[in-house]
Amino acid sequence: MEGLGFLGAGIGAGLAVIGAGLGIGNVAASAAEGVARQPEATADIRTTMIIAAALIEGVALFGEVICVLLALK
Amino acid sequence: MKRVKAIKAMAIFRVTALIVPILFSFNSLVFAANPEMQEVQPAAASVEAVHGEAHPVAATEAETAHGDAHGEEKAGDVIMHHILDNNVIAFEPFGEIELPKIVIGGFDLSITKHVVMLWTVSAILIALFAVAGGKYRKMTAREAPKGIANALEALVQFIRLDVAKANIGKGYEKYLDYLLTVFFFILLCNLLGLVPYGATATGNINVTLTLATFTFFLTQAAALKAHGIKGYLAHLTGGTHPALWIIMIPIEFIGLFTKPVALTIRLFANMTAGHIVILSLIFISFILKSYIVAVVMSVPFSIFIYLLELFVAFLQAFIFTMLSALFIGLASAHEGHDEHEAGAATHH
Repeated sequence: MEGLGFLGAGIGAGLAVIGAGLGIGNVAASAAEGVARQPEATADIRTTMIIAAALIEGVALFGEVICVLLALK
Repeated sequence: MKRVKAIKAMAIFRVTALIVPILFSFNSLVFAANPEMQEVQPAAASVEAVHGEAHPVAATEAETAHGDAHGEEKAGDVIMHHILDNNVIAFEPFGEIELPKIVIGGFDLSITKHVVMLWTVSAILIALFAVAGGKYRKMTAREAPKGIANALEALVQFIRLDVAKANIGKGYEKYLDYLLTVFFFILLCNLLGLVPYGATATGNINVTLTLATFTFFLTQAAALKAHGIKGYLAHLTGGTHPALWIIMIPIEFIGLFTKPVALTIRLFANMTAGHIVILSLIFISFILKSYIVAVVMSVPFSIFIYLLELFVAFLQAFIFTMLSALFIGLASAHEGHDEHEAGAATHH
């Protein structure tokens, strides 16, 4: 039964990464589209993209930290 | 053409300078992580003897290896030893410095590895900016800065214009000091974790929580200054009907604290995760006890992650500064419809 904790941590980490990957992928796709359409707005788009990506990544990292705590317990 | 050759030579030199310390640290890690080798191979033991007295860490590792032969647990312990804060600064082949343990009134105020790193960063920053500032003092107005002053000016201007001015707007000069300090401090903390014998002070949640607390208080001070106490309290209601206040006030109140907590966890987790990944990749070859895995997988992948970490060091310092500026800007912005929408977007 001890091993199930590790299993849960591993699955949880994977799920968090899937979510963050989808989210950041969407952000990057939209940003690339925006830059292609309006190259003069590159700087603004980049800033917005980094902020959005950081927020998504932050949520994913919450999940990862919980998984690490679970695995180290 | 000559210049191109010189640049190429410089690049090769830099890559070598990057890789050689890593290889050396691998070498020392072999003995720290794999004490069984000392018993199995007398040659390795004699090499360890040449290095001086046996490392206390290696000795304890050897004891645990006697107790149980779980390779993973041992690697995990060594990784945690590298990540977590402790009272020892290890210069692995040369010995180590034991730091004093100070407990005052029940509080553990001992000087730890990360505290020493924080002091080192402060000392480097003071020296760096004293040199750069001295250069500016001697310069005439028409002269362009050179060397270190030029390098720092690029970063300072970037923070000033693209981060502070773009996010805070009018009156950004008051907050520029804090933003520049926090940017360079975090950047250097992150980078010092990537040099041999260094430790990532920002990989300690206490450090990042302290930095985020500074941002929190600055944000609240900016909000109080911009709106006054009445406006500040009115903002907590979210501008809704009094019947909804019982829901809105707790939500907005919690919302005040989620921002610094998110800043804390983001910086801490990013810096810790990168180091855990690097060390795990290195330890794969120890767990599998294979040189082929080391050559094919551990070394190339950990160098790749190392370079990624180099990028992340800059990115996280930038993001912390950027979000601090954004929060200050949102707090001090005058109430308007589109600003409120932007505020709602950051309440994740």
